[in-house]
Amino acid sequence: MARLRITKIWQCLLGALLPLTAHADYAWNFPKPVTPMALDTLQVHNKFMIIVMVIFVVVLGIMIYSIVMHRKSRDYQPAGFTGPSTRSQLFWTLVPFAILLYIDFILMGIPAFHSVVAMEDTRTDADMVIKVTGSQWRWQYEYMDGPAKGISFVSNMTTPQEQINNQAAKNPEYLLEVDNPLVLPTDKKVRVLLTSTDVIHNWWIPAFGAARDAIPGFLRETWVKIEEPGTFRGQCKELCGKGHGFMPAVVIAKNEQDFNTWATSKKAELQAAAAGADKEWTKEDLIANGKGIYEKNCAVCHQIGGQGLPPAFPALTGSKIATGPILDKDNKMIKDGHLDRVMNGKGVMPAWKGILNDTEIASVITYERNALGNSVGDMLQPAQVKAMR
Amino acid sequence: MSYSTTADHEEHHDHPSGILRWLTTTNHKDIGTMYLTFSLIMFMVGGAMIMAVRAELFQPGLQLMHPEFYNQLIGVHALVMIFAALMPAATGFANWMLPLQIGAPDMALPRLNNWGFWLLPPAAILLTLPFTLALFGIGDGAIATGWTFYAPLSVQGGIGVDFAIFAVHLLGISSVMGSINIIVTIFNMRAPGMTLMKLPLFAWGWLITAFLLIATIPVLAGAVTMLLTDRHFGTHFFDAAGGGDPILFQHLFWFFGHPEVYILLLPVWGFIPQILSTFARKPIYGYKAQVYSLCAIGILSVVVWAHHFFTAGMPVPALLYFMYSTMAISLPLAVLFYCWIATIWRGSMTFETPMLFAIGWIILFGIGGLTGLVLADVAADAQYHHTYFVVAHFHYTLFAGGIMGIMAGVYYWLPKMTGHMYNEKLGKLHFWLTAISFNLTFIPQFFLGLAGMPRRIPDYALQFSEFNMISSIAAFTLGLTQLLFVYNIVSCARGGKKATDKVWEGSNGLEWTLPSPPPYHTFNEQPVIR
Repeated sequence: MARLRITKIWQCLLGALLPLTAHADYAWNFPKPVTPMALDTLQVHNKFMIIVMVIFVVVLGIMIYSIVMHRKSRDYQPAGFTGPSTRSQLFWTLVPFAILLYIDFILMGIPAFHSVVAMEDTRTDADMVIKVTGSQWRWQYEYMDGPAKGISFVSNMTTPQEQINNQAAKNPEYLLEVDNPLVLPTDKKVRVLLTSTDVIHNWWIPAFGAARDAIPGFLRETWVKIEEPGTFRGQCKELCGKGHGFMPAVVIAKNEQDFNTWATSKKAELQAAAAGADKEWTKEDLIANGKGIYEKNCAVCHQIGGQGLPPAFPALTGSKIATGPILDKDNKMIKDGHLDRVMNGKGVMPAWKGILNDTEIASVITYERNALGNSVGDMLQPAQVKAMR
Repeated sequence: MSYSTTADHEEHHDHPSGILRWLTTTNHKDIGTMYLTFSLIMFMVGGAMIMAVRAELFQPGLQLMHPEFYNQLIGVHALVMIFAALMPAATGFANWMLPLQIGAPDMALPRLNNWGFWLLPPAAILLTLPFTLALFGIGDGAIATGWTFYAPLSVQGGIGVDFAIFAVHLLGISSVMGSINIIVTIFNMRAPGMTLMKLPLFAWGWLITAFLLIATIPVLAGAVTMLLTDRHFGTHFFDAAGGGDPILFQHLFWFFGHPEVYILLLPVWGFIPQILSTFARKPIYGYKAQVYSLCAIGILSVVVWAHHFFTAGMPVPALLYFMYSTMAISLPLAVLFYCWIATIWRGSMTFETPMLFAIGWIILFGIGGLTGLVLADVAADAQYHHTYFVVAHFHYTLFAGGIMGIMAGVYYWLPKMTGHMYNEKLGKLHFWLTAISFNLTFIPQFFLGLAGMPRRIPDYALQFSEFNMISSIAAFTLGLTQLLFVYNIVSCARGGKKATDKVWEGSNGLEWTLPSPPPYHTFNEQPVIR
């Protein structure tokens, strides 16, 4: 009986430890590498860590020996030396520094050199180019060539605000889930160009071992070559304002065939969306469509109910801009009017014309004018937005 | 010795009492006391801020604050700890101890000294006032860009950034004035016979610090002024749309920011060997080697700045240069470690609180130094950069290497400054609780960083939960432990066992030849050094 209980306890303990061992490989170190660069980084990191730990343990050992042996309570008589006094002492004094010189510039320096050169070589044998644009607080992806050329979309975090505010149970991929992940082919060298529309961001997927700043007004580049299919998650890692912690980047890697299939269907989907711009929409449809777009893109600052967070983020409810006229009598866009502000931005407000399509801009503007406590009553057709581009 | 005559002099002196005494004082000991008190207060203020941050990070999800407020706390925590806690503590020691150690009657420029201190409280108020203003609906709180002010985020920010810019200007002026004062004092006021190569190492550390401050603070002042004009006067230094470059700001900032690390640490590297030598009852090992290493580190520190933003993108030759020059710093630093350990080797050690802090300091600062060596590797840095790995690394250098060093100095000199012994048992308890909870706070953060948790995020993915919880609990312990420190200092200042003039059995140096506490004026007649 007793033995049975003990076995049971063991089983429970093992059961409790199993999830730990499942993660044990990488919970104490970098995530499992899936690109040559991440693998190189992991190996370099492991090697350097062993070197510095050996140095640490050896030096600590010497100190502990001294602390134990050379103490007054043992009646140890203090020596009086202030430096090496003989040639052989001088020689032995210099040995640790020779070792350190070797570690710094040969043992660590040479592999580091090769890693740097490999990391910065973004062009040799590159198979395709994508452009990643950071904005407060979302990523935008654009395929510059290859079968997916022309595809461009925005990727927003999908974790609901209730989960962040602890009003709902958290998803397993809490804060690391997006609506439109970037899809990349495996075994292709992808050159990644980075830029930003507002402040500095940093596009980082730990499993890729690549991180590079996205700097407004400049292009930076890095590269990835994903060696196995899967979903890889990362985050912005340069402080970019209040949404910095809520700006995940998710990449799905597919083999070449699946990638091409995806590219074809995504193109068809984007074309269908663009076609929506030419049809006549009803106000109700625009408002219904605009609600989701508002909550995904605008509510971070202007809040779900439109009350904003003054003074940095003004309220939309009763706002002069959101209830004022959009177009003048010649059907031209009014400067600093509602459409102008949404399309071109101002100050902290981003320019949305590069991020949202015509239907989305028309929907969100119509929503803002007829919801959030506003009731202007008018609407904006996608075709009108298209005409203003 | 001259102190017997100065004691008689004191009665003739007619200085104001009460608040006016402190406002108008030009006495180096008074000013030193004010610096140290200010530093202790701000240390607790900065600590309280990070306690709130750790409470928010205790669990995933937002429990206590908005992300905006979180961003303000982390930035102001760093600015307060660096500019208002660590730097004034080092300046406080310089004021108190440099004249005593080099046999000078006072600092060379006493009125400048007074002004240098009294710029600090307004600066601290400017830095923290936006928090209060926001409560009354004015502005949106303090600076929320982290302590690094990176443009364009700081161009976008609210009035907190302007307050921080003016605070940095005041703090910078104060530091430059303090530095000028220290350089002039060391060059002109040494006792006869005290050549530069007989200077106490603390004076050497401060001398190099002072030159670094004078060289780099104006660059910071320039950078934040450019930021100010970008914000309000239509310039485009950091705006690509107007022909500027956001990365220019990072270059300017870190040209100051990297030497700043050594500015915080060099004074500590100066007095730690004195503490080791005192409690090992053995002379300092390799004095000359240490002096030359301090100089070498001072020079190297101004040519490695770009390793703080490897991921911003640079040409390969620049990456390689900054990588190898950063690695080169490990050589003079290794000389220092060698000398510190050789100083205690075959000594006759006792382990009073200052010695415990000094030895703990060597070990923990060693971890900071070694992880720094790994961070120098550009390719691996892409992974480490801006993660909790870096947070843990620089807390090993600045909390262990800076604050714990300062604590060693406080326990070492407190009996000299107050004339009373502090509570030894409490001091030892303070050391052990600090050392243990510090490690429990920051070791998990190394693993968090490796697992991929970026720094400066108010909320995190679920896989980071356990380590964050451990780190938070340990951080609260670390914070509460510092109340022991405050209590011990206050009760020591108010009374306690009389300290002897020499205080420690193995103490060595001019300051220990004076009574404890030293009279208001000392060395009116300079001692002669053989």
